[in-house]
Amino acid sequence: MDLENQARIKDLYDKYGKDDLIVVLGGAEPEASGLAAETVATGDPTFAGPLSGVSLGLKAYHIFELKDEIPADVYDEQVGMMEMVLDVDEIVNEVKTYRK
Amino acid sequence: MLKGKKVAILGDRDGIPGPAIEECIKAAGAEVVFSTTECFV
Amino acid sequence: MNYPVVKGAAYALVQANSMLLYQGTTQITERLKNEQSEHLKALPEHLRSYEDAVSYPPNQAYIGNITPDQLKEIPHPWYENPLAGASRDGKYGEIMPEDEFFGLMKMVDSFDLVLLEEAFQAVVKEKLQSHPILKDIKEITKLDSTAHSADEIKKLVAEHDAQPLYFAGKLVGCVKKAHEFDEALSSEVMLGNLANKASAVLVLKHLLAKTDLNPEQVDYIIECSEEACGDMNQRGGGNFAKAIGEICGCINATGSDTRSFCAGPAHALVEAAALVQSGIYSNVVVVGGGSTAKLGMNSRDHVKKGMPALEDMLAAFAVHIGENDGVNPVIRTDAIGRHRIGSGASPQAVMTAMVTDPLDKIGYKITDIDRYAPELQNPEITEPAGAGNVPMANYKMISALAVKRGDIQKADLMKAVESIGMPGFAPTQGHIPSGVPFIGHARDMLLEGKLERAMIIGKGSLFLGRLTNLFDGVSMIIEKNSGVVEADTGFDQEQLRKMIAEAMRDFAKTFRE
Repeated sequence: MDLENQARIKDLYDKYGKDDLIVVLGGAEPEASGLAAETVATGDPTFAGPLSGVSLGLKAYHIFELKDEIPADVYDEQVGMMEMVLDVDEIVNEVKTYRK
Repeated sequence: MLKGKKVAILGDRDGIPGPAIEECIKAAGAEVVFSTTECFV
Repeated sequence: MNYPVVKGAAYALVQANSMLLYQGTTQITERLKNEQSEHLKALPEHLRSYEDAVSYPPNQAYIGNITPDQLKEIPHPWYENPLAGASRDGKYGEIMPEDEFFGLMKMVDSFDLVLLEEAFQAVVKEKLQSHPILKDIKEITKLDSTAHSADEIKKLVAEHDAQPLYFAGKLVGCVKKAHEFDEALSSEVMLGNLANKASAVLVLKHLLAKTDLNPEQVDYIIECSEEACGDMNQRGGGNFAKAIGEICGCINATGSDTRSFCAGPAHALVEAAALVQSGIYSNVVVVGGGSTAKLGMNSRDHVKKGMPALEDMLAAFAVHIGENDGVNPVIRTDAIGRHRIGSGASPQAVMTAMVTDPLDKIGYKITDIDRYAPELQNPEITEPAGAGNVPMANYKMISALAVKRGDIQKADLMKAVESIGMPGFAPTQGHIPSGVPFIGHARDMLLEGKLERAMIIGKGSLFLGRLTNLFDGVSMIIEKNSGVVEADTGFDQEQLRKMIAEAMRDFAKTFRE
């Protein structure tokens, strides 16, 4: 996960706390999406950024997982086509792992 | 689940970009506090 | 309508292990944080030899020795399936080793910023003097000028912020900063800009050598990389285009730089087509050199996965756009696709603006285009880095749109994905993968009658500049030439009007007399 973005997430955590703040991902691929979810939950596993060894405990969801929460017409317009393009199940399974 | 929450968005240029997720999150009644799009290429 | 045509295309690669280690931004950042980092320690073990880079199948596809369809038949991982008998010389260009490239950088350096060590300079001078297309560049005499001692270079690197140049494990040169305080002229920026200029010169020389175009015939050059050239008072002042043309002997050309991240080349091609079709210029060259910053950009992931550091290639391309000759493939300037400011950022909005809107304009279906060349990033580079298979995702998006529009049945989606695409074969050099690597192959296939039309798609991530969240993209259709060259009717009509007016005046005069 981008180093600057790690710093931003850390700042937001300090401001809003872990109960109010959630992270929503748009990753193209299971591993990278999982990596982002892991980084905001238990820390940067690559030890490259400001979240190295910092366990924020934030919950991350891929936008695919939030389909039911979003008005159908908006979801279809903004995300719909990508359900046909990306591997939805694999991405969702991977991201889910880090919310346990 | 989304209603009333603060949301940080990490979009992906080759997946779903930040602004597209933003539209969804706003429509679901949550507040977007950060939105970005990552690019690996 | 007389559409402009694609008269030729050239492609060049430079293997750049030293610049990957010392000027790639991933490594620069790593070094700033921790000079002893695990990544920096492990990375040298993952660098490829020059021979491995030459025989790497996607590189052979880039310089035109195999077609994208032939590449598709080679099993992954490509780095374990080298192409037997691969040559550095390609149908469209070449793959240059880094030592010769350092020599070329010195040749194109107008401000004596590139210093080479004495023995090294003598060796590369000899190599470049026998290089088939570079030996006639008059600036080759720069390799006669004072070379520098190893100690002198070492001191400049250690004490004066010069960028080191290594070859075969030895410090063989450096690039100095061009100003004491100006960050826009720092050694890092100067090295990047000089490497960009040198790789663009290499590819433009190939274009001139491999096609009928003479340097004196070039009217205009559009440079479209992602670098910025200028000093602190005009950081992106330009002009790479003229600097490149100067070395290549394009004495009658002027030019300018066009920028739009990875979509730059597509914008530049549209501008070139417009300049030619309007009659302002007859011969326009679009050129883009390589990016040192992006070398080894995803090398952390490649190292972690035990792969070679595949992002070791500087890439460059040049395309010649000229007037309709009845032979070469045309650019359909009546169906240019563009991501508008108001198009929106969702993937379907982007693809609609770039693919289906222009097709609708001329009454074509998605299936009327034989091949789409969107972003042609090599998936072997992007998949381990978490960006997935970018061209494949684009083909799926285009096919999904085709299903939505009823151009194809949903059951045929994967079949369409297979038939409209090609594997990605371009290095992740930003502006390079965006559609343009296919132009050379497409031109050949169109001339041979293997294709009717292809669409070139360039996409750009404008949000990386932190001025807007907008996305960008431009597309164009390249089509087989109908063989009909229309007479220039506009000029004739004007002539005719003048002649009639004169005749009427004379006639009226006879009445008055």
